Amino acid sequence: MTGSPFLESLSWLVDPVHWSGPDSIPLRTLEHLGYTALGVLVAALLAVPVGLYVGHTGRMKSLAVAAAGAARALPTLGLVTLFALLVGIGLTAPLLSFVILAIPSLLAGAYSAVESADPATVDAARAQGMTEWQILTRVELPLGMPLLVGGFRGATVQVVATAMLAAYVGSGGLGRYIFQGLGSQNYPQMIAGSLLVIALALLLDLALLLAQRLTAPPGARAS
Amino acid sequence: MTIHSTRRHLLGALGAGSLALGAAACGSSDPFSEEEAEGGGSDGGSGSGALTIGSQAYYSNEIIAELCAQVLEAEGFTVDRQYQIGQREVYLPELEAGSLDLLPEYLGNLLQHYDSEAASASPEEIHGALGEVLPAGLRVLAFAEASDQDSYTTTSEFASTHSLTAIGDLAGVDEDLRIAANSEFDVRPYGPEGAKEVYDVDVTVVPVEDSGGPLTVQSLLDGDVQLADIYTADPAIAENDLVVLADPESMILPQNVVPVVSEKVDETAATAIEGVIAQLSADDLVELNRQSVVDQASSADIASGWLTEKGLL
Amino acid sequence: MTWVLENLDVIGGYTGAHLLQALPPILVAFLLSLPLAKLANSRGWLRTSVTTTSSLMYAIPSLPLFVLLPGLIGTGVRSPLNISIALSLYGLALMVPAAADAFRSVSRDVLGSATAQGYAPGARFFEVELPLAGPVLLAGVRVVAVSTISLVTVGGVLGVPSLGMLFVDGVRRGIAAEIAAGIVATVVLALLIDALLVLLGRAVMPWTRRQGVSRP
Repeated sequence: MTGSPFLESLSWLVDPVHWSGPDSIPLRTLEHLGYTALGVLVAALLAVPVGLYVGHTGRMKSLAVAAAGAARALPTLGLVTLFALLVGIGLTAPLLSFVILAIPSLLAGAYSAVESADPATVDAARAQGMTEWQILTRVELPLGMPLLVGGFRGATVQVVATAMLAAYVGSGGLGRYIFQGLGSQNYPQMIAGSLLVIALALLLDLALLLAQRLTAPPGARAS
Repeated sequence: MTIHSTRRHLLGALGAGSLALGAAACGSSDPFSEEEAEGGGSDGGSGSGALTIGSQAYYSNEIIAELCAQVLEAEGFTVDRQYQIGQREVYLPELEAGSLDLLPEYLGNLLQHYDSEAASASPEEIHGALGEVLPAGLRVLAFAEASDQDSYTTTSEFASTHSLTAIGDLAGVDEDLRIAANSEFDVRPYGPEGAKEVYDVDVTVVPVEDSGGPLTVQSLLDGDVQLADIYTADPAIAENDLVVLADPESMILPQNVVPVVSEKVDETAATAIEGVIAQLSADDLVELNRQSVVDQASSADIASGWLTEKGLL
Repeated sequence: MTWVLENLDVIGGYTGAHLLQALPPILVAFLLSLPLAKLANSRGWLRTSVTTTSSLMYAIPSLPLFVLLPGLIGTGVRSPLNISIALSLYGLALMVPAAADAFRSVSRDVLGSATAQGYAPGARFFEVELPLAGPVLLAGVRVVAVSTISLVTVGGVLGVPSLGMLFVDGVRRGIAAEIAAGIVATVVLALLIDALLVLLGRAVMPWTRRQGVSRP
């Protein structure tokens, strides 16, 4: 019998059987990507406004830091199983967990983005007669945009690596390969599933890194 | 490692040396088995009066392990409990290495671990086959009447609407059939492929990784799926008035409870364990499980209650 | 709630096992990150590859790593050592870039002055550079500690004793209180260790007391 399960996982990946049909790699990857995007976007809707508020006003900073820290400690597996017991199988339970998982990075990204603006610059803007909203959107945000995108980057990588848990409670995604491989001792399939998750995470990481570079204001890009 | 095992009748292969050989080759191809044998778990103590008892990460299995633990303690053995171990490929090597001495198993799944192509047969035949495929140092004791096997289960409403009593009746149901089960059900011989081949029934698996637990049951009750793989000793079947579809062709492997033991389990210990197993009826196992999930009692309390009631303590 | 009160001993036992698996990786990640970060800072291309390796490492889903690592390093799947080594790798992935940042935050002028004052390279590192990098290092260790304690639970799926076992058992028996107890215990444990780290930081870096070290 052939040796390494790692080598076997490569032949699993290129086997045409796994590239078509309802359980195909492209389909599962798209599902995985969809769960990740949905989780991060919903989290962003909640976390970014709060982060911007905290960063701009400086109010409730310690509360935000503490909440983000506590949220980081929440074990995702526990959340997924608990929510699933409460709301049943399907996407709701894992999605809720992914949102919670994504919030700390996004929150931290948003408030540090706003905070990063030099206080002297902000005061200058205020002296010029800008409203607080204008200061936030025209001064603080453009300068801090790379940090905000950095928050998205951190959240996305975390969620994409964890989105396999959706398959634990009746949904799809690349976790299907991983759990099925684990349950049936098909390690090549499990490794292949993991490699796909890693590849997806790296691609997203690179894309967001690029976005981080591109969103830096031209004048600040030198650093 | 082939995923899709071709169905093959165990009866034909029984007694043939090829079965044992095939299993041995299969075992050695597992890249992790040797390393695991050296690693995990604590040492099981070396005194002849000390036994280490393990259980799967399954409350029902832990209760059975605890039944054995308590009768062994009553016999004067010192028992080290190592419960809630995840999976076969984790604890079987530990049994072989002697860091575990006893673990309650299930006939069909245990055989399938060593012979992935093993097809269904009677409990006696599987028990006999196990004698041949188990690695040196391991043996199975007598098996119980109690069984905890996979099933095609549906709601009584769905069963009466479509006049279902057996799995084969599903062939006449004119809608897409989805079955909630652990994801590995998809590649088991009694999964979709077996259902198609044996009963000409098409089902798709909706993976729910709680091994027929409350999530699986709930998805069936909610109508997310029409069928669920619920283990037959699950009290949820009676509680929710579910219907276990009959399997007249014996597609599903029997999963009677069977203790697998190391060489350190001597005759005294084996007799004590078999005394428990002999009394463990199918209804008993459902009741023990009910006390765990409904009354939320601990395995120790459930076990001592049952043993006292049966006059074993 | 009844379940929780009747099973305090179970929760306590798992908490102990949980801590035993979490603490060594935190320590290992911290100690190993120091030389690795210094090394990474010494060459530009090394720094880039460290950052890349870190994000690559962090993208590996933990459950498969726990299952596959034994095949590579020769431990048992259920061995807490396996979980600890895997978690050390995740810890390093977080800690090395953080430590590299920490050392870069120390002004070159300060180091130059120290050299001029006659500090030998070793003494300069331990008495000047390390203390000055301290606050940023501490912030990194805190993130590593919290994420490690949370990740230990994943081993529960494989039957490695930890608070994660409460999730697996709870979902199987349908006892929501058991899962909730596992979540709460994990978070409390993480916050407790985090608080201890903050106190430890104040003890060894008394000069940070006033401005606080609240970097996330």
